[in-house]
Amino acid sequence: MTTTNNKEELLIIKEQDVVPLRNRVKDYGVKLGMSILNQTKLITATSELVRNLLKYGGGGKVIIESVSNGRDNGVRVTFIDKGPGIKDIALAMQDGYSTGKSLGLGLPGTKRLVNEFDIQTELGSGTTVTIIKWKNG
Amino acid sequence: MQNNILGSLKEHENKLLATWSQLLIENGSTDGTTEEEESKEFTALLLNALQHSNGNSDSEEFEKVHDLLIGISSSRGRRGFSPRENAQYLITFKEAASKILSDIEPDAATLYHANLQLSTILDNMTILTFESYMRGREDVISRQIDEISEISTPVIRVWDGVVALPIIGTLDSSRTQVVMENLLQQIVDTGSSIAILDISGVPAVDSLVAQHLIKTVSATRLMGAECIISGIRPEIAQTVVHLGIDLTGIITKASLASALQTAFDMLQLTVVKRK
Repeated sequence: MTTTNNKEELLIIKEQDVVPLRNRVKDYGVKLGMSILNQTKLITATSELVRNLLKYGGGGKVIIESVSNGRDNGVRVTFIDKGPGIKDIALAMQDGYSTGKSLGLGLPGTKRLVNEFDIQTELGSGTTVTIIKWKNG
Repeated sequence: MQNNILGSLKEHENKLLATWSQLLIENGSTDGTTEEEESKEFTALLLNALQHSNGNSDSEEFEKVHDLLIGISSSRGRRGFSPRENAQYLITFKEAASKILSDIEPDAATLYHANLQLSTILDNMTILTFESYMRGREDVISRQIDEISEISTPVIRVWDGVVALPIIGTLDSSRTQVVMENLLQQIVDTGSSIAILDISGVPAVDSLVAQHLIKTVSATRLMGAECIISGIRPEIAQTVVHLGIDLTGIITKASLASALQTAFDMLQLTVVKRK
């Protein structure tokens, strides 16, 4: 059972929106008293996913939430785009696979950085990625 | 005719000016003499335009008014007026003109049309002032962006044959381009054989940043120089490992000091304490 304590939504349409988003996400982590390491993991994961959102999804919105599951507090970040979607999720989650000219570590790397990772995609209607980083996770 | 009514405002110019400045004082959006002159000039030009243009707001006379208005609004912006006060300036003019109109025109229908026309013209001008205000602001911002990108990539010559480049902030594609160009140029200019890239000031290293770093290192090597990446903080190191980024082919150090030490070793230099 996860409850949301605080919530905020940001529109991401250009590369300049990345830094403010990362700072907001960091603020959420700092407020929970997250360690520097977990903060860095969270903002790096956010950074990866928001770049995907811009590059492949053509921009979209990001929801930042401060969540609690009773035992631990954490930050949940949801990335929603209305882009073309991902054709083969299993392939996209593989290390080193990229349709762009990048390292191909974004999705699988992000999954290793956070505690919970969920990806929903539909061809032609967009992709939603949700991550949670627990304070003590 | 309605055009004549707006045109006939010209005959009441002084009264209009008086009413307007009265309203401006009531609203508290005035700063004395400079404004009075501006207002006088604006009123004269606008009433002239109204008189001669038959309500066609694209005419030459109106262009003059628009030019003046852009000047006024940027000068007001510099004098510290808020955009709200700037808009209020024209809105109070509309109010004053409407007052005068209702004094001189008894017929309600004609008055209504004249007011409508006046509103359209002045509303357009209000939008214009906002646009020029925004443009002024955007100029400032783009100047600052240029300045920041210029000062943010200094290449420092730390020793004979060793250059260092501290990177502060986020490494995005355009920034990397500037960093790489500066670094490669400095390597040529100073004839250096070792370049140190210090990333202490980079808040997070994601796969894109890592990719940019790898590219910079490869380019440096192509120039015949060795590249050391320093300033890798513990949390960055762990994050890079989790992400699965392979930096094994690159010399990395935790601090600039140890990077410099490595550079000395490579150049076969020793730092000794004087006795």
